[in-house]
Amino acid sequence: MTATDTGSAGATDRGPGAVGAEELLALYEQMALIRRTEKAAHDLFLAGLVKGTTHLAAGHEAVAVGASAALRPGDYVFATYRGHHHAMARGASPEECLAELMSKGTGLCGAKGGSMHLTKASAGMLGSYAIVGAHLPLAAGAAWSAKLRDSGQVAVAFFGDGATNIGAFHEALNLAAVWSLPVLFICENNLYMEYTPIGDVTAVANPAADRAPAYGLPAEVLDGNDVVVVKEVVARAAERARAGDGPTVIEAKTYRHFGHSRTDPASYRPDEEVKQWLSRDPLDIARARLDDLGVPAERVAAADERVARGVEEAVAAAKAAPGPDPATALTDVWADGGSAWRT
Amino acid sequence: MADVITYREAVADGIARELRRDPSVVCLGEDIGAAGGVFKTTAGLFEEFGKERIWDTPISEQAILGVAMGAAMTGMRPVAEIMFSDFFACCWDYLANEIPKMRYMTGGQVTVPLVVRTANGGGLGFGAQHSQAVENWALAVPGLKIAAPSTPADVVGLMAAAIRSDDPVVFFEHKGLFASKGPAAPEGHVVELGQAAVAREGTDVTLVALAATVPLALAAADRLAADGVSAEVVDLRCLVPLDMATVLESVRRTSRLVIVEENPYQGGWGGTVASVVADEGFELLDAPVRRVAAACVPLPFADVLEQQVIPTVDTVTAAVSALAAY
Repeated sequence: MTATDTGSAGATDRGPGAVGAEELLALYEQMALIRRTEKAAHDLFLAGLVKGTTHLAAGHEAVAVGASAALRPGDYVFATYRGHHHAMARGASPEECLAELMSKGTGLCGAKGGSMHLTKASAGMLGSYAIVGAHLPLAAGAAWSAKLRDSGQVAVAFFGDGATNIGAFHEALNLAAVWSLPVLFICENNLYMEYTPIGDVTAVANPAADRAPAYGLPAEVLDGNDVVVVKEVVARAAERARAGDGPTVIEAKTYRHFGHSRTDPASYRPDEEVKQWLSRDPLDIARARLDDLGVPAERVAAADERVARGVEEAVAAAKAAPGPDPATALTDVWADGGSAWRT
Repeated sequence: MADVITYREAVADGIARELRRDPSVVCLGEDIGAAGGVFKTTAGLFEEFGKERIWDTPISEQAILGVAMGAAMTGMRPVAEIMFSDFFACCWDYLANEIPKMRYMTGGQVTVPLVVRTANGGGLGFGAQHSQAVENWALAVPGLKIAAPSTPADVVGLMAAAIRSDDPVVFFEHKGLFASKGPAAPEGHVVELGQAAVAREGTDVTLVALAATVPLALAAADRLAADGVSAEVVDLRCLVPLDMATVLESVRRTSRLVIVEENPYQGGWGGTVASVVADEGFELLDAPVRRVAAACVPLPFADVLEQQVIPTVDTVTAAVSALAAY
């Protein structure tokens, strides 16, 4: 089986898609909220209010929002250290994300995780993992659990192109295939593993999709900047998984608007490439689709205003929130809430 | 059930009891199904519980622990086998970075109730990559509970506690003990994690031991008794939680402490025990604390060489005799 190509960088031909006007407007607003929150995170970092590092997902919004729209509330999502968009797509608020980045007690993880570990378990968002590729077996495990419990849930691992060259990727794909698990492996191929073009260090052109046939798995390469395409492809794969037909590998081509992490200006990327990809901004593509569907520009503008106001309020609330109780440094190692290691 | 069973049989018995009790318990590992495990420690499980509970995996240690973790986070109680503890190095990310940290770094949002079972330790001539005692590796990572039973009954009792624990537990089964025999565990037997046992009472010196060094310490205590030295043997059973209360109480009576450990002296668990006693029990001591541990070299193959590296009855007896005369 070979990878199916349902889109690529530079694609301009938009099919009508199966997403209606009202739903698309909601997806657009979600993407805009993520974009605005990532911009706020960037600004807060520059203002010295976010410590450590951040890996912003501006540019990747359509992958998270499109996939989430295709999933059910009970499904499981596992993300990477570039995972703010996945937390938000699963329902984490800008305020609880930004508060976590700003080391506030009201943060998603009580400021014990930070930018790289955003988690909202109550929404099935089971973590952001900062060891590349480590969470692919975890998603397979959640899918195994769903299969054992016959719950009809699916699990999704989102990962970068760089993760396709680490052992855990291959171990997870093989085991998930052998056990026919309801898991989706969704690669956000943004063309760079950290600072290095993925093509320079990978033996195949499509780092995720081209590996799938080795494990007998179906794969699709798609335009990861088109939220409608992402939703359609993920919905198909989720349906297969729920029907007991096993995993799918999805490779969504997309692009980072910022560098790898906060210290990286991404000056290694050719100007022409950057220009081309910025002209294919997922928000612009969604706006064009809304226009195609006859949604008035004023409604889109109203969504943009709601987003701007919402993020502004989130920033203010996160800034005003208290820091974590220092005593929590010694809580929650164990399930009993404590950290005692000896008598 | 026979009155006396082997340590090996106790492993399968302990797992089987929990599989019968709790439908969320599920096993995975290499060759654990129809083959019954390379050490036959899962013999009979596949026949009784079938492929829906006992899952054979590829040689993919990262996938084994990763899948177990994902399942543990979503309602199951997986019991994962890593065939030899040396192979922890192949999946160390899961033992060091993922499993022990997930609850903490999510602010308590998730629990990871899983057991990682493994065959640990030397004495069988498997060479440097299949003989190590690596319980100190696990001890280096906050967030893992660690059990290492020395008797068949404790295997069953600690297995019950480990599988029922809502925390991740690394369960070290000692290869050198698989053929050893002991009384079978009564029905419903549970040994709470973190409770050391006084395996032999004595008045002159405390020997603190774990897993295979327990029978070693007991054999040394027999010899020492003939020389008029009364040795108490404390079987730690677990490294986390570490039952320092029992150790300190014993040292209060004997005033002397020898720690017998199979992992290397360099970074071995005895250093932690000694440091707590130095901090909190200094006034109880009449002599320096001694550690009998493995030499700081890779495990050699030949028996005669291996015996030079890991603790033996002779080296333990010699260390205690010297200390008793201090």
